Amino acid sequence: MKSGDQSALAELYDRYSSVVYAVALRVLGDTGAAEDVLQEVFLQLWRNPGAFDAARGSLGAWLAVVTRNRAIDALRRRRPETDIEDVVVSVAPDLAGNADRSRAAEKVRGVLGSMPGPQRSALEMAYFEGMSHSEIANKTGEPLGTIKTRIRSGLIALRKAFQGSS
Amino acid sequence: MAGHEQFAEDLALYALNTLEGEDRANLEKHLATCSACRLELEQLRGDGALLALSTLGPRPPQRARQRLLDAVAKEAAPSPNLSQKARKDGASSVREGGARRSWWGFLGWAATVAVIVFAASLWKENAALKQRLASASEKAEQSTRELENLRRVAAPLIAPEAQRVTLVAVKTPPQPQGKAFYLRNRSSLLFVANNMPALPPQKAYELWLIPVQGAPIPAGVFKPDAHGSATLVNPPLPAGTEAKAFAITVENEAGSTTPTMPIVMMGTGE
Repeated sequence: MKSGDQSALAELYDRYSSVVYAVALRVLGDTGAAEDVLQEVFLQLWRNPGAFDAARGSLGAWLAVVTRNRAIDALRRRRPETDIEDVVVSVAPDLAGNADRSRAAEKVRGVLGSMPGPQRSALEMAYFEGMSHSEIANKTGEPLGTIKTRIRSGLIALRKAFQGSS
Repeated sequence: MAGHEQFAEDLALYALNTLEGEDRANLEKHLATCSACRLELEQLRGDGALLALSTLGPRPPQRARQRLLDAVAKEAAPSPNLSQKARKDGASSVREGGARRSWWGFLGWAATVAVIVFAASLWKENAALKQRLASASEKAEQSTRELENLRRVAAPLIAPEAQRVTLVAVKTPPQPQGKAFYLRNRSSLLFVANNMPALPPQKAYELWLIPVQGAPIPAGVFKPDAHGSATLVNPPLPAGTEAKAFAITVENEAGSTTPTMPIVMMGTGE
């Protein structure tokens, strides 16, 4: 293979590797494991670029979700549960640039900060630790239904904060 | 659809890949028939993506980039030892065959009797093997189809003959830049833009494929993010069109079928 043939992948890597690595590191808390997930996600994109449907959302958001799912699988030491072809993400902004991500991170922190503590922690346990609602309920001693409601309303709150601003 | 409210909270868990057991099975059954819930699922995944996208941290180590590119190059390169290894393996089989033949000669009648005694069970095993072989052939055909599909989609990234075009701003610095990777015989196009100027409200950029003959062909509408970045992947294009150049105009958000002057960026093949 000529080196020029890899330039398209290199372009995408230069643009999105910091997002992918940051997500993997946030979930796994280990630089070596995060680097492995980074490698795996871009290899998946290389092997199957058609898995991303440009008509259904931004590449940055899609990569972030695929990375989060792979990192959770690695964290829980299980085989990958979701095919990348099955991941469809709509509406989220792309946030390829560091400045955009910094602004978005600030906004997300603002939304999380405005949530009651138990809701914020339920959402973070589900998203960044991959815990099921029953695992969270066991850990916190709260009813299953309450945990479900908190997670959903937390996601909807994020949606509302970004509606019309991307 | 009536009754999908009951799935609202499970949808959020499903979007995060944390719904389990019977709840998951019931929801998947419902999703198969409910487009409204499928749409809500995509949106909930987008909501979750906001959490992921806003995660900040250090940049990946420099070695990770080279590691990836090395892995990609390695995957694409043929293994020079495969045919040599295959020949060695074949020679080994021949030698083993020769040994078996001399073993048969030594045992003579005893081996023949053994074959007759076990003929029935061997026939049964043979039938089972045939069935497995048919199943394996079917899987192999499916894999071949999938591989061909992957090659078609990935062609602009990996094919040596892929046409790569860099589009630059006509006038103003700092330079906006667009890179188009186009493979005519696959009608596949990847376009990446940087430093694009902000657009007026209700407007979007539209990429045009300028064919050797005929009118410009729409190749996708995009709006850059606040950083000026945008990506287009495989917009619908007519088959086999040879590109003389690529160009970008500013159009209404819905896009246009003919370019509105002026052309703000343009590039021909490198």
